Amino acid sequence: MKPELQPRRVTGPDGQEFEVDPLRDYYCEAPPAVHPPAYLKIIEDLFNWARAESIWILGFGTGCGAIEMRPLMTPRFDAYRYGIQWRPTPRQANLFVISGYLSVKTLKRVIRSYEQMQNPKYVVGLGSCTINGGMYWDSYNTIKRLDDYLPVDVYIAGCMPRPESLLHGFMELKRIIRAGQAEGANDYARNFAWYKDNQKRVIHDWDMPDYNW
Amino acid sequence: MTFEWIQIPYALLTIFIVLNYGLLMTALIAKIAARVGRRHGIPIWQNYADLVKNYGLRSSITHGVMFYMGPVFRLTGGVGLLLFVPTIYGSVMFSNLSFAGDLILALYFVFFGTLGMALGAAESGHPYSAIGITRGLSQVTMAELPLALAVFAVALHYQTLSITEIVAAQQGGFLNWTLFTNPLAVAAAMLAFLGSMMRPPFDVVLAPQEIPIGPPTEYHSSYLALMQTNRVLFPIAKIVVYMNLFFGGATSWPEFFIKVFLIYMVSVLVGVVFPRFRVEQSIRWFMIWAVPIGILAIVLA
Amino acid sequence: MHDLYDRLKTRFPLGDWIARRPDLAFVDVPLAQLRSVLLHLRDQEGFTHLVLLTAVDWIETGEFQLTYLLCNRRRACDLGLRARIARDPASMESIHDLWPTAATYQRELREMFGIDFPGSPRLHEDFILEGWREIPPYRRDFDTLAYARETYRERPGRVTRDPAAYMQQQLDPGGH
Repeated sequence: MKPELQPRRVTGPDGQEFEVDPLRDYYCEAPPAVHPPAYLKIIEDLFNWARAESIWILGFGTGCGAIEMRPLMTPRFDAYRYGIQWRPTPRQANLFVISGYLSVKTLKRVIRSYEQMQNPKYVVGLGSCTINGGMYWDSYNTIKRLDDYLPVDVYIAGCMPRPESLLHGFMELKRIIRAGQAEGANDYARNFAWYKDNQKRVIHDWDMPDYNW
Repeated sequence: MTFEWIQIPYALLTIFIVLNYGLLMTALIAKIAARVGRRHGIPIWQNYADLVKNYGLRSSITHGVMFYMGPVFRLTGGVGLLLFVPTIYGSVMFSNLSFAGDLILALYFVFFGTLGMALGAAESGHPYSAIGITRGLSQVTMAELPLALAVFAVALHYQTLSITEIVAAQQGGFLNWTLFTNPLAVAAAMLAFLGSMMRPPFDVVLAPQEIPIGPPTEYHSSYLALMQTNRVLFPIAKIVVYMNLFFGGATSWPEFFIKVFLIYMVSVLVGVVFPRFRVEQSIRWFMIWAVPIGILAIVLA
Repeated sequence: MHDLYDRLKTRFPLGDWIARRPDLAFVDVPLAQLRSVLLHLRDQEGFTHLVLLTAVDWIETGEFQLTYLLCNRRRACDLGLRARIARDPASMESIHDLWPTAATYQRELREMFGIDFPGSPRLHEDFILEGWREIPPYRRDFDTLAYARETYRERPGRVTRDPAAYMQQQLDPGGH
């Protein structure tokens, strides 16, 4: 664990001493809760319509596949017309696109970002690497199955998938959301222990709380 | 003007109309910008979907009391501004809660939301929020100065602090508008207007490529939805003040819609032409160009 | 570039000159002379830029071969100096005082090959790998495939095909 994450005593600018435990002070340790769709069916349908029509992608390119997301913003593909846009902060994003190979080091950041997103949230695995490792199937530091670590709603196969297949994947995701089947965040909360176990099996220097919102 | 209970539902109706108009108008402007870039652009109802989606998110977290209050204060600024300013001149339904000294109150509300936001975003603890807030406060304070000068020039000009009376004085042909009777004050106010619309060249507060989105970095779900609501309400409320003070007000909803759209487009058009100012550049710009015009307007009034 | 070799040859004991391109050559340097050759090239011959510092694992002879690739911006040519060090324990003199960027390469080599560079700044901080427990992954006695098999769960159904044969079969199933 890095020294700045250790609990320690700190002297503030006013000369007062106080205890600091970064892992406890800055994060919430409460496990994620299952949030049921507790509304009337018609209200949940309205929300699902809105969720499908307003997909905010977290602007975090985790691998080379991120290069295929840029053309989606250009006039040629223009994903905005489907209500898809990119947000710079995980708090406001609903969709995490794991773009291509995922190294263990990035996986750690991905988990932190994913857990900061708010329920309901969706994950799309982009490219063969997220499905079975793709061309990195024998690599010492890239994971092979994304769904061992995060609940995945849609996989888009290809190496690389063209922007058209990405759009098709997003349409498929929309269909799933409209049908009310995109409950990845609740799956994650329900099988939290299993996911954490898998994550910790590959991330050896686990220097964050188990759940950091 | 005397108070009657029926004014409250009327004022709420105004807010409802303005909210829907704002949602559609901002989408329309985004669509125009997209068409200029040869894109198809967002659907016209996109803002509704975003809003419902954010209100409908199932979980949200908080960083403390002020984190709650930030968006609430911000929305209060927008709604309050709209409530105390007559929206449609001569209409009993849409004069809202205007009273004799509403001009001063309006000036206060313009600033209120920013202050609330500063407290809320500061509590979120995100460094980008703090940077954005520092920039936002210095820039808005500076942009407010020429506006205040212009408003007082107009108040001196018409010898009243009631927006309704100022609008009344401008009726009877567009040559009676303050735009033509007191062009200096209008010029200073329009420069201030550019500075408070969060569009280039004065969008360093949000600075999407630099400090991702500034103050609202930590805001999500319902908090963000409140801020989105304010984001469409507040500029229009501000434009209503401008319209009433400088552009003859509006006597009917169609006139209102057209005037608000045109005034909004001023900041959009300026925004697509000029690149972003840094904070110290924009402050210097206001000091050199906007404030002297405002002072001149006061001196001549 | 060969004139450079002639000039260097008068000063230092050097190995063979291996010219790969008109503007790229490699030369073996004895370990003891490496630092003075680097200094001479940097200060006298205009090779001011350290392009990269990398290693090759010669497990058969029990050595690491370090390659210092230098660039002469003015003459637009590159020269690679190659030196061999013992593989176990692997240790090498740090050159971060000649080029500060070398510290980063040395961090990487420490992590990926397990070569120690005493005195190099931040040498023992994690660079790319975080929490690595095995022997350094670029050493050839590290079995990457076995490690990947046992660490990351496979998804059943993965097939490996020879691309040329597979495409031929797809495009021309009859085999004409």
